[in-house]
Amino acid sequence: MKTLKLALTIVLLLSAVALQAQDRYLTRTGHIKFFSKAPLEDIEANNNKVLSIVDLSKGEVAVDLLIKAFEFEKKLMQEHFNENYLESDKYPKSTFKGTFSVPEGLKSMTDGVYELDVKGQLNIHGVTNDIETKSTLTVKGGKLSGELKFFVAVKDYKIKIPNVVVKNIAEQVEVTANFEYEPYK
Amino acid sequence: MRKVYIFLAVITLASNYVKAQEDLLDILNSEQTEEVNTTLAIFKGARLINGHTIVTRKMGELEFVISHRFGRINTGIDEFFGLDGANVRFSLEYGITDNLTAGIGRNSFEKVYDGFLKYGLLKQSTGEKNMPISLTAFSSMAIRTLKDPDFTEDDFNSKVSYTHQVLIARKFNDKFSFQLAPTYVHRNKVLENQENDIIALGIGGRMKLNTRVSLNAEYYYRLTEELDASYKDSLGVGVEIETGGHVFHLNFTNSRSMVERGFITETDGNFFKGDIHFGFNISRVF
Repeated sequence: MKTLKLALTIVLLLSAVALQAQDRYLTRTGHIKFFSKAPLEDIEANNNKVLSIVDLSKGEVAVDLLIKAFEFEKKLMQEHFNENYLESDKYPKSTFKGTFSVPEGLKSMTDGVYELDVKGQLNIHGVTNDIETKSTLTVKGGKLSGELKFFVAVKDYKIKIPNVVVKNIAEQVEVTANFEYEPYK
Repeated sequence: MRKVYIFLAVITLASNYVKAQEDLLDILNSEQTEEVNTTLAIFKGARLINGHTIVTRKMGELEFVISHRFGRINTGIDEFFGLDGANVRFSLEYGITDNLTAGIGRNSFEKVYDGFLKYGLLKQSTGEKNMPISLTAFSSMAIRTLKDPDFTEDDFNSKVSYTHQVLIARKFNDKFSFQLAPTYVHRNKVLENQENDIIALGIGGRMKLNTRVSLNAEYYYRLTEELDASYKDSLGVGVEIETGGHVFHLNFTNSRSMVERGFITETDGNFFKGDIHFGFNISRVF
């Protein structure tokens, strides 16, 4: 009887570990770059402190970042970006939450490159919009990494661009994301 | 043993349940570490009206400032409300490091050359590091090159003056920033009824009207009394417009000079009697 109880306990604990550890992957050092190409100026900013998590059992992904962590080559531009455009004191974060259908190979973490259609909600500047984008998850030697590229229309997120700088800032800003995930316990 | 077993089973199931219910964004939210959140844009420009703000240029940035002060508005239509005559100050201000700025300038009024150093010692921030104020130390030296007819012996030494300030500012909310500026001005040579050393307290603020336009005001209260009563405290109000790398100021002040010694200790206009100089500051950062 004692043995049976012990066995049951072990099975329960193991199943818990299996449920929790194997399906979720997290990164705290994800990289997101945005690039604005306009007639007068190309602007690039990088954020290397992006948080992201994927759940392979449910086909969910989430991204969370601080707007102030975007770094520009010109500090004054960075200040304007935070103060005038993204109003980062009022809206400090940008988030994304999406779902995708999980291919069999990805579920079992088989090496390969998996093209996914991700649907979800992107929140920037306090405005949430539904977006759809193609994304790639790569499994190589048990490591999971993600890549994502999409365009954000500045006006969809109520970011006002004054006429004076309309030739300096693109209407569509290209966003590229790279995540190297680690198992999340 | 049974109790232990039940306990373990409950814990395991509960933890599974919690994990399963948890939203991915909530997990990320709890993973977000606290950062130093430096307060942005306490002031937009390196000048409030005439005087400096706590703002320093970032490393490698060069700012070119052109300032004008026209004549007095109350001179009437003959002088086209002061617009017929203007004095100008040009300056170049460079960020040696993110906290240290050096500048040189030339003011046409009294033909003054000036140079200054500005060092940001404290930065207002919240989050991991909580700092209620920003503090910048400021020192300038000004050399008048116009001959002063009041002095019989007007050598180089008598043309020099120094200003030292501790600029203390706080952004109270996204609309309002306030600055105190305890100031010490030393003039090497003055007339008998004047003091060589003047202590003053600068008070100023910025009120944002929208993301790009703000209302600025500045007042320098002289604490040192002089026998010579012809000088007044400097007062200025202005509108500040900021677009991209430009900052425009439209100012109204009773001071003619744009050099610290000049406007803090030798303002001779009475603001409330209409001795008001209209002027611009135009700044461009490269």
